[in-house]
Amino acid sequence: MDSVSASITELPPATPHQHAPPKGFLWKYVFSLDHKVIGKQYLGLGLIAVCTGMFLSWIMRYHLAFPDKAVPLIGWIAPTFAAGGVITPEFYLQLMTMHGTIMVFFVLTTAPFAGFGNFVLPIQVGAEDMAFPRFNMMSFWVTFVAFAVLVAAFFVPDGPPLSGWTAYAPLSAVGKASGPGEGLGQTLWVIAIGTFCIGQLLGSLNFIATTLDLRAKGMTLARLPYSTWAWFITAMIALIAFSVLFPACVLLLLDRVAGTSFFIPAGLVVSDALQPHSGGSPLLWQHLFWFFGHPEVYIAIVPGFGIISTILPAVCRKPHLGPRVLIGSQLAIAGLSYMVWGHHMFLSGMSPASATLFSVPTLIITIPSAIITLLWLGTIYGSKLRLDSAALFCLGFVSVFVTGGLSGFFLSQPSIDTYLHGTYFVVGHFHFVMGVAAMFGIFAGTYFWFPKMFGRMMNETLGKWHFALSFIGVYATFMPMHWLGLEGNVRRYSSFPSDYMHGSLPLHRFITYSALFLGASQLIFLVNLLWSRIRGPVAPDNPWQATSLEWSTTSPPPFDNFGGVHPVVYHGPNEYGVSGPRGDYIMQTDPPSTATPVAAA
Amino acid sequence: MTMPKSIAPPSAVRTGVWVGIGAITMSFAAYTSAMVVRRGSVPEWQHFTLPPILYWNSLVLVASSVTLELARQRIGGPFDRLGHSETLLAAKSREWLSWYRITLVLAFAFLAGQFLAWRQLSSQGVYLATSPSSSFFYVLTVLHALHLLGGIGALIYALRCLRTDDGPRPVNVLGAAALYWHFMAVLWIYLLVVLALWV
Repeated sequence: MDSVSASITELPPATPHQHAPPKGFLWKYVFSLDHKVIGKQYLGLGLIAVCTGMFLSWIMRYHLAFPDKAVPLIGWIAPTFAAGGVITPEFYLQLMTMHGTIMVFFVLTTAPFAGFGNFVLPIQVGAEDMAFPRFNMMSFWVTFVAFAVLVAAFFVPDGPPLSGWTAYAPLSAVGKASGPGEGLGQTLWVIAIGTFCIGQLLGSLNFIATTLDLRAKGMTLARLPYSTWAWFITAMIALIAFSVLFPACVLLLLDRVAGTSFFIPAGLVVSDALQPHSGGSPLLWQHLFWFFGHPEVYIAIVPGFGIISTILPAVCRKPHLGPRVLIGSQLAIAGLSYMVWGHHMFLSGMSPASATLFSVPTLIITIPSAIITLLWLGTIYGSKLRLDSAALFCLGFVSVFVTGGLSGFFLSQPSIDTYLHGTYFVVGHFHFVMGVAAMFGIFAGTYFWFPKMFGRMMNETLGKWHFALSFIGVYATFMPMHWLGLEGNVRRYSSFPSDYMHGSLPLHRFITYSALFLGASQLIFLVNLLWSRIRGPVAPDNPWQATSLEWSTTSPPPFDNFGGVHPVVYHGPNEYGVSGPRGDYIMQTDPPSTATPVAAA
Repeated sequence: MTMPKSIAPPSAVRTGVWVGIGAITMSFAAYTSAMVVRRGSVPEWQHFTLPPILYWNSLVLVASSVTLELARQRIGGPFDRLGHSETLLAAKSREWLSWYRITLVLAFAFLAGQFLAWRQLSSQGVYLATSPSSSFFYVLTVLHALHLLGGIGALIYALRCLRTDDGPRPVNVLGAAALYWHFMAVLWIYLLVVLALWV
């Protein structure tokens, strides 16, 4: 550690290759090398993506509630695919595919990991920037291009693909014959996701090198803030996961455009036409995809763990319970995440023995997850909890994570999953545990770090309303889906004309109203963001009396993060509930034995 | 006060290359496991004989690693312990430059050899989509060549730095490029064994 920090300070003060402050709008805000700007760019992309994804879900929900009615405005927005506002089964699947792809890749991966991680991690470790700023800038722009290519699928003749966000072969591989959108739309999807992999690999490389080699003097691994630990662990997960998804995309693309047969079996007849391929394995795609896909769940949620674990001690004003166990549990989850991918494939025809082999680690993964949850509850227990917006979203995170995790118990058992896998039970499960939990982590992080990012405070009243309505909306939307699933209501269907499913229509309508309510309540958040950015009260350097390094510098931080000095760290991030010169906390940069507070260095 | 930011220390550069090597290893492991699965899913896996030039090519690539190390020895030693002006004085001598040029020539020779191998196979009617084995052969060799092109770019960039820059940066860049280049040779040997056994 000392040698690392020494090597930083020993660098000559000025070399031609230093990353100097940019001049001009283009280099300052567009092609910026500054990790703080790149972090905001990722968060901005995530915001655009989440609005797009939510809009698509509204169309689907409206159609599910009122299958016989035209969806308002859609006939005008998308006359080619939904003439007169009529949603065809194919268009429903296209909406579903794009909703899932946009949300999983461009919201749940970009915002909590790449967005917050980029802005906060280098400051929390005491670095001036990421280790490789050019790679960092490339990472964002490659991701942006991926998003543009994906969205372009809406503007090609047959529209976006309909094979789901999992793009199961062989339908995703054979081309136009398998349905509208499976031509150019699916090709664009494959190119977009392959490109996205490159962007995230560059980002992960930066996160790992920065955490290991750019830490300030005294910032041992044990003193790293929990959010940095979480982003570091996420980077390691992402590095392996995207390294496997990328080859899968290459092979799928070759099947589509070069006539190879990696995933297309012999004798396949699609749309009454025999496909000219031989001997490929559709299951191979599933293995490669889910080897990425399950760790992707943790890429979305582990940053949330870190954000919650960083905020909770600050709002509880007491140390986090069991910090080493917390980190160890996250590492255990990261390791186990690569042993459970088969539980997504229980229905693929795997042998009962294989299913058991994947079921057992899936059940085991609940142990570190439960430990982390208990540590959070133990930290909250008996504390003087400051119930601000960030704290509320932390509590909400714990709630939805537990709710979603509990339904995972059922799905991890092959015999139960056989019944529930194709139903709304799974939709409810993953929206709670992956979607909403990660979103609540994003919201908590936004309310917590907004003052540091923009130098202004967010409105607390609006924040609390945002939480209350979101919390109600989330449970009203996704909880009934478990009931639908238990009733046997299948997912991925655009409507339910069969008699036995008619009874579920009132519940579907309730879910649709709840989803619209949930979406509308996000307007409060958007208003709060915009209003606070322009008119919010000026933020002090450390509004939350928190301990980590980002609160020892100005709000917002200067270009080089610490105003020309290298911070020196003397404490861990967990020094709450103590008696120090500042009050009940000691910042990481406070000298060990003096009463004089020291800012920045 | 707004200050310029420092360049990444040598340890970060080395970590970055190792992390990159990890990602590429994982990626080729995925291709290999896909090949194993694909090979097991058809009873009539069509074998074909690898073009002999691939074996000569392997020698060329290994030789390029050796000449690169000879060049680095003449520049001064392990990259992350350097950074002094005498290093750069040494770097300006002609001897290291000759070895460096030979390395680049060998690198391009390897690529040319790969191209000849692809041409030889295509003249025999073995194309990308001809059979599962040919598909994997082209995918693995072409992707390796693309990664290798990145290595050539890094070597050329390091050469530019060595000629123009002061301070520790050129030697850091060279060290990173060399580490990556050696990995390319190791990866190729692995791929050759896999291809020779299974294709």
